[in-house]
Amino acid sequence: MIRLDNLTKVFDTPKGAVTAADHISMEVPSGEICILLGPSGCGKTTTLKMTNRIVRPTSGKVFINGEDTSSLDTQDLRRNIGYVIQQIGLFPNMTIEENITVVPKLLGWDKAKYRERAREMLDMIALEPDAFLKRYPSELSGGQQQRIGVARALAADPPVMLMDEPFGAIDPINRAVIQDEFLKMQQELNKTIMFVSHDIDEAIKMGDRIAIFRDGKLVQYSEPDELLAAPKNDFIESFLGEDRALKRLNLVKVRDLASEEIGLVRPDDTLATALQRIESYGYLNSIVMVNDKRQPVGIINASVARTTQGHCRDHYQSVPVVISLDDDLRKVASLMFANDMTWVPCVDDDGRIVGQITQRAITHHLGSRYRAHSKGDSSAKAAEASPSPASKE
Amino acid sequence: MPTLNLAGAGRFLVLVVVFLAGIWSQSSGLIDDFIFYLPDIQFLAVQHLWLTAMSGGLAILVAIPLGILLSRPSMARVAESMMQVLNVGTTIPTLAVLALSMSFLGIGTVPAVFGLFVATLLPIARNTYTGLKGVDPALMEAAAGIGMSPTQRLLRVELPNALYVIFAGIRTALAINIGTVPLAFLIGAGGLGELIFTGIDLYEPVMMLSGAIPTALLAVAVDILIAIIAFLLVPRGVNPSRA
Ligand SMILES: Nc1ncnc2c1ncn2[C@@H]1O[C@H](COP(=O)(O)OP(=O)(O)OP(=O)(O)O)[C@@H](O)[C@H]1O
Ligand SMILES: [Mg+2]
Repeated sequence: MIRLDNLTKVFDTPKGAVTAADHISMEVPSGEICILLGPSGCGKTTTLKMTNRIVRPTSGKVFINGEDTSSLDTQDLRRNIGYVIQQIGLFPNMTIEENITVVPKLLGWDKAKYRERAREMLDMIALEPDAFLKRYPSELSGGQQQRIGVARALAADPPVMLMDEPFGAIDPINRAVIQDEFLKMQQELNKTIMFVSHDIDEAIKMGDRIAIFRDGKLVQYSEPDELLAAPKNDFIESFLGEDRALKRLNLVKVRDLASEEIGLVRPDDTLATALQRIESYGYLNSIVMVNDKRQPVGIINASVARTTQGHCRDHYQSVPVVISLDDDLRKVASLMFANDMTWVPCVDDDGRIVGQITQRAITHHLGSRYRAHSKGDSSAKAAEASPSPASKE
Repeated sequence: MPTLNLAGAGRFLVLVVVFLAGIWSQSSGLIDDFIFYLPDIQFLAVQHLWLTAMSGGLAILVAIPLGILLSRPSMARVAESMMQVLNVGTTIPTLAVLALSMSFLGIGTVPAVFGLFVATLLPIARNTYTGLKGVDPALMEAAAGIGMSPTQRLLRVELPNALYVIFAGIRTALAINIGTVPLAFLIGAGGLGELIFTGIDLYEPVMMLSGAIPTALLAVAVDILIAIIAFLLVPRGVNPSRA
């Protein structure tokens, strides 16, 4: 757990005093990712650097796992905090292996152990150890270097990580891949992470909590869904963008909004039955046909059912669009628009139909202001993490 | 590397000139005259190198720690003005330095070594300082951020990254040094200058050349030697000649 208590930094510059961070108080619970977000110059980096004392606070305190860090030896403190700097900062005179093992060596690990660790770390960041261990940083692409930077910070398995725009130098496609890799790692490793970003989408994707800064002040500190649903003031609202309602779609899984009620037909039902179900479930133009295992095999069109006699098995059309329970609503919305549908059937891991998700359910979810509330409909990420008290903001 | 190619071309040119001179001198019977001076050349070349080794070695031993000291953050205030002083020092002609050194220390090896030491000190100290100051601040922050102590930062990050620039300073300094040693003869320290200046005085071109040519060859040889050492010592990741 990281707790910042009235952390303040005033820089003396020739042009006068600059307050880079102004009485910042916040708490990052253990095992969570907290994103520091805000416009350029708002004090994100300064706040991060005060946490490992690269920048000395003018006043205020930093507690890590309840311990006041000003009472600790600076070098010891830093060796137990993984640090990824904004400019990557790999040591060009060292091989990748040497870069990754710097901290384990400082901590006095024995050789066999830290060499093994270097291989493990490269595996973890999906770079082939034999190809990369003996190379120098100048022989890597920017994105690869940035991954090594993250590996270096993780090598000694520190419980706390500080990351300053760690994926900034990577193109959007690879960035998404690395973000996913990182989230997967985090599920296993459960680090307590402070993560600076200037990208709202990254913040929403990665953050268990988001802290938005402006002019050195912490303006709002909330879980992503709460932030998007209830921005505290106009500044935050404009910072989040006009499409913040759509951004919320990323945060909600199909699982959270799916209803188990769905009209289905079987191959040996008659078309008359199909038509009746289409009408009673309020579907506009079709119904899904499933086999004995409830797996979708096709759809029956209302127009066909109206004009034809016979059994469903002789009159179905291609397999319908389905969505998995673990997909997010953004994908659902996209499928709905692309296929002109108002509802989409949901399938479980075995491809069996378990329910449906409707446009109404989505708009209802987005339209509802954030109620002080059942935990169930907030982000899946927050639900997975250990239950934690809602932000004090 | 353009600088390296230039140095290579320079060396090649020297070889060609030496070769042509050899052909010409053989045909005109000069070789025999040179052979006459061979024992002198051998003795004086050793003396010459000895002066270089002492003054150059001393300069390296003093200049690198001096450069490191000046580059420490705590020295930031005085460092720039100190570097200015060193830069001004570089503009003083070496002959003047030797003359001054003689007026304080008399004649012989000691004032010569001291004068050469002063002349050699400056480029090494300056390159050490600028090399260390030129290390990317992001590297320093990364090093501090992962928990290196100031000494570890110096040894594992700063020096290795500045080493190439430092070696460039040593090369320049030793080239100057070897070229200046002949002047040391003027204050009684020997070296190949003895043949050069006596040759000039006696209007004896062969004698003069038997001092000048070995001096040039020594300069080239030492330069190559330092380049090889730099090639081997500077880590591959920060060594432009091994990229
Ligand atoms: N060493 C320093 N000396 C003087 N002023 C500083 C120093 N470091 C930061 N500042 C000032 O403090 C303020 C906050 O800087 P900081 O680096 O924390 O911003 P940031 O939020 O990280 O911005 P960015 O997104 O551009 O990285 C800025 O106005 C900056 O000019
Ligand atoms: Mg920053």
